[in-house]
Amino acid sequence: MSAILIFEQTLNGLQFGLMLFLLAAGLTLVFGIMDMINLAHGSIYMVGAYIAATLIQLTGSFLVAVPLAIIATAAIGMLLEVSLLRQLYARDHMTQVLATFAILLIANELVRMIWGTQPMMLNTPKALSGPVELFPGMSYSSYRLLIIAVGLAVAVLLYFLVAKTRTGMLVRAGASNREMATAMGVNIKLLFTVVFGVGAALCAVAGAMLGPILAVQVGMGESILILAFVVIVIGGIGSIRGALVGSLLVGMVDTIGRAFLPMLFREFLPPQVASNLGPAVASILIYVLMAAVLFWKPQGLFPARG
Amino acid sequence: MFKRIALTLALASAATLVTSANAADKMKVGFLSTMSGPSGYFGSEARDGFNLLVKMRGGKLGGLPAEVLVADDQFNPDAAKQAAERLVRRERVDIIAGTINANIVLAVHPYLVANETFMVSTIAGPSDLAGDKCSPWFFSVGYQNDNPHEAMGKHLQDKGVKNVLTLVPNFPSGRDAVAGLKRFYKGNVASEIYIKINQPDYAAEIGQIRAAKPEAVFIFLPGAMGINFIKQYQQAGLLKDIPLYGFGFNFEEDIIKAVGDSVVGAYNSLQWSRDLDNPANKAFVQAFEKEYGRPVSAYAALGYDTAALIDAAVQQVNGKVEDKNAFRQAMRAAKFASVRGDFKFNNNHMPIQTFFLRQVVKEGDQIRNKVIGTIFKDHRDSFASACNMK
Repeated sequence: MSAILIFEQTLNGLQFGLMLFLLAAGLTLVFGIMDMINLAHGSIYMVGAYIAATLIQLTGSFLVAVPLAIIATAAIGMLLEVSLLRQLYARDHMTQVLATFAILLIANELVRMIWGTQPMMLNTPKALSGPVELFPGMSYSSYRLLIIAVGLAVAVLLYFLVAKTRTGMLVRAGASNREMATAMGVNIKLLFTVVFGVGAALCAVAGAMLGPILAVQVGMGESILILAFVVIVIGGIGSIRGALVGSLLVGMVDTIGRAFLPMLFREFLPPQVASNLGPAVASILIYVLMAAVLFWKPQGLFPARG
Repeated sequence: MFKRIALTLALASAATLVTSANAADKMKVGFLSTMSGPSGYFGSEARDGFNLLVKMRGGKLGGLPAEVLVADDQFNPDAAKQAAERLVRRERVDIIAGTINANIVLAVHPYLVANETFMVSTIAGPSDLAGDKCSPWFFSVGYQNDNPHEAMGKHLQDKGVKNVLTLVPNFPSGRDAVAGLKRFYKGNVASEIYIKINQPDYAAEIGQIRAAKPEAVFIFLPGAMGINFIKQYQQAGLLKDIPLYGFGFNFEEDIIKAVGDSVVGAYNSLQWSRDLDNPANKAFVQAFEKEYGRPVSAYAALGYDTAALIDAAVQQVNGKVEDKNAFRQAMRAAKFASVRGDFKFNNNHMPIQTFFLRQVVKEGDQIRNKVIGTIFKDHRDSFASACNMK
């Protein structure tokens, strides 16, 4: 096991964590502020990726297509909130789960009708399609470096937005005590729509950025949504800081586990057992992490509510 | 977009109309396949291939008016069982065709045996039904599941590759793939990496591959897993140093469409290819691309062969499909012109067929699979000797 391999896997963990953060940030805002479980979050991510892929094919330019896709997806998200999801805030969580699960199924079939059953092509921009050499003997995918950069930029931007602006103050007020914020005269309806739009925009960023490394296809949102839920449970619901820390923890633990556990087991177990046990343990590691966090800090690492 | 939605609605209502008509003296086929979810592409392609042959025969199978009832197994064994029960008990189909995955076949098969209904799997041929538990009610038009991996193992062995790394999902078919590979590949296995099913990110595995420096990487990653891995592998800059080898379905039309140039150069093994030079295949490819206006896929080819096999068998018994023994004999005879060329059933009802080496190449702006060699001529699976059917 060389130092280069360890460095590369750390970088991978960072990148996977930031990629989860893009999704978890939107999810945690919606969950924390509106007290609403939105299973359709993954569907918005899917729609964002499809729109980005379509626009990239139409315009031929990554730089033009991605902002357009973000705007379009945010608009779709806000439309969904105004027309449908708004009715669900007062209902209990079970109703919300059922209703948003229905939206998820409808979204999958709609995407299939519009774009067909075959996965879409969404490739990296030409300039970033190959690896770059970070130092001799260590090259790394340049596109993944871009994901790291975008993830960090979004984290900084969200921090600034939530901690330093008036809207951010309202968002924090809404997250920690919704009734009191309403009583103080905050236009909660408008605030919710805006927050939902921001969440949808983050989904589109995630969809457009991850499209080139993942399959753009029907159902792509579901597998990653589960991870995003794990992240916000670990981080504390409603907290952006929690989402960031949770994402990085999950990303690191998952990547390091997958990379090094099978190797570790091979050292002291017979190969047949090790090849069975290694992947099995690696794949449950993040859930063990979640269980441990819930045991010691049931509210998550950074609870938004006091 | 609205045109397509309208078209879908129109088709759906047309399908309902067809279902409600019910006359005697016809061939009723329950086409049970994966139509929805991430794997929905496979089933819909197979269905289109199946329907194409029925259409080319003037809406008939073996001279009988054909009725094809499509049911979705949702890639879920429980849903598949329910759908099969509905097809057998309520619709009283003569035969179930179309299955893609081994787990679906194994879930549905006992019920069909109990109800003496034949099953023709379009793709899957699980090893459980190939050896001592081989079944008089089951036929696979696709392959015995280990075969394409055995073919890749043979090719790597013949090519003199000495150090291979394998990457498959941690589930039974994944382990079977590695077992199939190692049955014919005798060189060193640098590492066997097992991933979690539907894993999205492969950076950790790609790091391991880079560190292990194998001569070749063998993959069996169905659906989205394959797309994700191939894209990320190319972006990591490994594709040109360590070539990818694998299962033909990992390099089919859907994958090519999703990953584009990233996959050019990869080697894969399959029993069919678009460019196979035989009359049946030429007619099929031309008719398919004219009818549906998109490039043909292996799933569609096998769906078409499924229909051709049933067509020939019904013809041979003069439409008397109620005589199950005679129909079974006619199915076993398999007197149809397969788009793969030669096709026979082994005693365990798994195909004896040729496996080709294909490479993904770019011709003009088209990216396609091209046959560059034959790996196995008339290959038989290794389980047939344990089967006591004669």
